Amino acid sequence: MGKLQAGYLFPEIARRRAAHLSKNPDAQVISLGIGDTTEPIPDVITNAMAERARALSTVEGYSGYGAEQGEKKLRSAIASTYYKGLGIDESDIFVSDGAKCDISRLQVLFGSGVKIAVQDPSYPAYVDSSVIMGQTGLYDNQRYASIEYMRCDPQNGFFPDLSLISNADVIFFCSPNNPTGSAASREQLTQLVQYAKKTGSIIVYDSAYAMYISDDSPKSIYEIDGAREVAIEISSFSKYAGFTGVRLGWTVVPKELLFSDGFPVAKDFNRIVCTCFNGASNIAQAGGLACLSPEGLKAMQSTINFYKENTQIIMDTFTKLGFNVYGGKNAPYVWVHFPGRSSWDVFAEILEKANVVTTPGSGFGPGGEGFVRVSAFGHRENVLEASRRMSQLYK
Amino acid sequence: MGIGQRKVTRNVNMEKLRNGFLFPEINTRQMAHMVKYPSAAVISLGVGDTTEPIPSVVTKAMAEYALALSTHEGYRGYGAEQGDKRLRETIAEKMYANMGINGSEVFISDGAQCDIARLQMLFGSNMTIAAQDPTFPGYVDMGIIMGQTGEYDDKSNKYKGIEYLRCEPRNNFFPDFSKVPRTDIIFFCSPNNPTGQAASREQLKELVEVAKLNGSIIVYDSAYSSYICDDSPRSIYEIPGAKEVAIEISSFSKFAGFTGVRLGWAVVPAELSYSSGFPVLRDFDRIVCTSFNGASSISQIGGLACLSDEGYKAIKDVIGVYKENVKIIVDTFTSLGKEVYGGVNSPYAWVHFPGRKSWDVFNEILEETHIITVPGCGFGPGGEGFIRVGGFNRRECILEASRRFRSYFG
Repeated sequence: MGKLQAGYLFPEIARRRAAHLSKNPDAQVISLGIGDTTEPIPDVITNAMAERARALSTVEGYSGYGAEQGEKKLRSAIASTYYKGLGIDESDIFVSDGAKCDISRLQVLFGSGVKIAVQDPSYPAYVDSSVIMGQTGLYDNQRYASIEYMRCDPQNGFFPDLSLISNADVIFFCSPNNPTGSAASREQLTQLVQYAKKTGSIIVYDSAYAMYISDDSPKSIYEIDGAREVAIEISSFSKYAGFTGVRLGWTVVPKELLFSDGFPVAKDFNRIVCTCFNGASNIAQAGGLACLSPEGLKAMQSTINFYKENTQIIMDTFTKLGFNVYGGKNAPYVWVHFPGRSSWDVFAEILEKANVVTTPGSGFGPGGEGFVRVSAFGHRENVLEASRRMSQLYK
Repeated sequence: MGIGQRKVTRNVNMEKLRNGFLFPEINTRQMAHMVKYPSAAVISLGVGDTTEPIPSVVTKAMAEYALALSTHEGYRGYGAEQGDKRLRETIAEKMYANMGINGSEVFISDGAQCDIARLQMLFGSNMTIAAQDPTFPGYVDMGIIMGQTGEYDDKSNKYKGIEYLRCEPRNNFFPDFSKVPRTDIIFFCSPNNPTGQAASREQLKELVEVAKLNGSIIVYDSAYSSYICDDSPRSIYEIPGAKEVAIEISSFSKFAGFTGVRLGWAVVPAELSYSSGFPVLRDFDRIVCTSFNGASSISQIGGLACLSDEGYKAIKDVIGVYKENVKIIVDTFTSLGKEVYGGVNSPYAWVHFPGRKSWDVFNEILEETHIITVPGCGFGPGGEGFIRVGGFNRRECILEASRRFRSYFG
């Protein structure tokens, strides 16, 4: 714990926002920082949750402990909705209370003796949980010793040069990427899977933003041949169904995935799930099942499209201002380049001068320096107003 | 190398685990038994799974909140990782009245089992732990997983490196601390699962003294405190000085039937610090912000409703049902001449079968009466020779189980 440099990134952003507000109580602060969903959850989903809640007051409808791995129907629906034809079945699915929690449980599973590789920049929970689990050395020059930071930047098309990295046991790979918004292509993911096959590594593939993909980039690592033998996949209902507060996600651990002694990874993960966890809330799971009904899927896509329209507005704004803008097409994040500038300085400038909260790129790793992440989760009028203010500030 | 065989070494700590976690093992045996005897009416008095419906004032609040998530005014995204402010404050007021605990020291979770895991992550591998023997297996299993222990020793049935604090009839189910070396952490569950014993004020004063003297941290599990009906302390913080030495965890599971809804909390007092003076609360907050994203907002609203006057009253009524259930079980075994412990301040009866192996008794009871219990040795070597029989089932099943016990053992 002593090795961690600062608080977790997003509470820090929240603190700065709160500090700004207390200094400027009349400021109309717009948050495009933390990727917090803002649009209401579709009725079909909340109706199912309300029904499940009410049923808990009846003898027939009451249920106590659920299976730690999740309700069978939900596991089955996840498998058939997202992994049809990919050789993943319901018994490979572990329902959770969200990807962030799964990341830590996976780290507890792997233990302190593994070395990880992460994209640089990437979602900070992979690195932070690694430090907490004792997998790393000390922090020096913006990096923790023993972590392999795989640079992803405009020069390499946001895909790491795998020939440059040294071996890691576990490779965390998020696509579409938070924060860069880049979705890896089929060729790139094939390379990644081949690489993991060769080195004997395990990929932890974070596909939490897959439904934001607009082109034919793979939505699941298991679309790649051989991925079941090398990869775990995590995902979440947070950004699909606005479940950021409701809490629901899942992890896929294929049967084929084995440790070096032949022991199935899924067996150990199951033990972790049974010991460290007691299942996702049954009400949230009822909501999840409704999400995956035909009506629910349609409704989720509608909300996702709304956020994608927000993203387009933000992208257009910064592009018109002459910035180099990345991401946005396959993800609800826009990755804006401020060459030569400190990202915390830009964050402060945008907050102070335009009352808009963003997220400084360096919070996602040294490779994020010089960039700012603008998230597209917001009410339409706020996104438009924020865009107006950006246009004023940087005209 | 097999096709899916990676070069990643299996976590050596996972290798140390002897069996699966206790309660899924019980479930597996139950299912196998039901396959073997498809027409048997199997009664579960095993896994402590609540069976009574949740009071409607609580579920109504959860349903309303869920529906509100479909409106602009009612939609909420990420909550604070530490939990809803009102819920934290209400828990501090209602559960820790006059104990000097405030809302900022209460961390809302998705249950005690999850909190135990996060606390062990917080402590890390370099801690020495002590736990009651027998006790809820989660503390020890997490300790093994986090690398706090050595290998399992077949002779003693103990994991090396853990201090097992024997609790048995002979010592009034309270450990003799004079015989126990210092450990960094002491896990103490009261009312105890599985023995049902609630520690007295005097005993807890001694526990706090030991922790003060040794500079240890107590993790006090009070998940069953709402079953206490005498004046045994309901919280460790009823003991003066406890805030400087103890973390307390608790849960809505057995309190409000939230076993599936998932809600609990951990209290980390601001006074509690490491040897360097660094507040434990700050590190726990960091864990919570990094490894967790808050309990479900719907569950938290349910929790608030549980703590309203109306909710609390209704919940106490349900607890009363389980208490009556376990009394029926205690009376049954007592009338059969067995030594029975617990069952007064707890929903568990701890039945002694002297000289017998607990898995043998478990199997015999299952085969002959189609009743699921839990073998005592699953809770630690100190549980050998005992069976835990729970009061969590519908009244008619409890009565039927009682009939079957009388018939078989009578």
